[in-house]
Amino acid sequence: MTLPRLLIAYLGLRQVLSMCGLTNVAGQAQTVRPLLAPMAEAAAEKRGAPLTLDERHAVRAFSAGTDNIGLFFGEDVFVALGGVLLIQGFYAQHGIELEPLHIALWALPTAIAAFVIHALRTVLFSRRLQRPASEATGEASR
Amino acid sequence: MLRIEHAYWLMAAFLAGAAWLNLRERRWSHAAFWGVLAALLGGGDTVLRAAAAHVELPAQLAGAGVLVLAALSPRMHRGHLVERDAAAREADACRLRHKLFGPALLIPLVTLLVALFGGMLVVHGVALFAKPQMTLTGLALACVVAWIAASAVTQARPRAGLVEGRRLLDTLGWAALLPLTLAALGGVFAATGVGTALADLVRMVIPVESALACVLAYGIGMVLFTVIMGNAFAAFPVLTAGIGLPLLIGMHGANPAILGAIGMVTGYCGTLFTPMAANYNIVPVALLDLPRQSAVIRAQWKTGAALLAVNLLLMYFLVFRF
Repeated sequence: MTLPRLLIAYLGLRQVLSMCGLTNVAGQAQTVRPLLAPMAEAAAEKRGAPLTLDERHAVRAFSAGTDNIGLFFGEDVFVALGGVLLIQGFYAQHGIELEPLHIALWALPTAIAAFVIHALRTVLFSRRLQRPASEATGEASR
Repeated sequence: MLRIEHAYWLMAAFLAGAAWLNLRERRWSHAAFWGVLAALLGGGDTVLRAAAAHVELPAQLAGAGVLVLAALSPRMHRGHLVERDAAAREADACRLRHKLFGPALLIPLVTLLVALFGGMLVVHGVALFAKPQMTLTGLALACVVAWIAASAVTQARPRAGLVEGRRLLDTLGWAALLPLTLAALGGVFAATGVGTALADLVRMVIPVESALACVLAYGIGMVLFTVIMGNAFAAFPVLTAGIGLPLLIGMHGANPAILGAIGMVTGYCGTLFTPMAANYNIVPVALLDLPRQSAVIRAQWKTGAALLAVNLLLMYFLVFRF
């Protein structure tokens, strides 16, 4: 399992789970700390050289960010989570009756865009790690 | 036939059950909080009917109930509730394995089925699901189905659903009401004229006859408010009452469903930038032993910025089309 594959698969899974309303089966404490971050570090070390401390921290932070993005841009596609219900309730207060499903569906384009953008960034991030440490000095910690 | 009121009654029954369990353990504040909320949800229909008939008392009582909730919320301390011991849960998890996901997945599945096909179910000329709020009626039904399925799969007594549900509810505390109260905040803004005041302010700053300027003001406003408050939910009623409703929907004819959906996720982009969203951006820094407080924000802000641009484009090209 390479680093981009791991993180992109997690991102997709997290988004799909959130879209089903299962927002709490994963999370910073539930999955990132015990599973994703250690796996990401191990995957990154497949380049042949051990990670420097800065790089290790960068990989962990990137894993945490991936979880956030997967959660945020998946949950609004589910009809019965806070976000959609807040939108629906707000409009109902102002006399505009909407079906939650209509609101949820229009969050889908953004969900797809979030996946594509973050997947691309994941690939770029791992490429930067692939370069030997001497070339990447000061970059990996960015 | 199932109506949305039935869903509210179901919730009221669950909350009353949670109140009862707290009462037996002498956790007075929690018991009172969930009890009052149960009365509000269960009696909502009666209050509305009375208000329509110009009888003010029930509505005033409900208002008093809301004030009681506000007064009780600071007293809702998060006590530690006894969970089943870890070894027993571990053994159950090994025994049941993937079967455990079945009941959880039934909730979105049944909800979606009702939302898509509920309107077609007619028995003896009576529709099984009432049209208004069919999705939410479906959600309530799905929860009941999942509860029965979970009881069957785990062979636990149905009562366990109430006990565990109450444990989660008490852990959430008053935060469980956050989306509800923030949506109501929109109503308060409308009633007090904050929305119009904001719209007047915005009119002085941007050329409101330009739809693009309004979209930019709405989207960037959502992000800024979210960054300040750490929560897109809090920003949504303010910005939508101030810019969304009067200018984009009222003046330029934007589609409210699309505007709301994309507006909210635009706010979520702001959540990626702000240390105020501590749960997501600061807690993992501690969990992962990172030396810099800003490490997670640094890792994710570029995705947020790119996505913000995409959202503004989507909003501009979609809301006026449909």
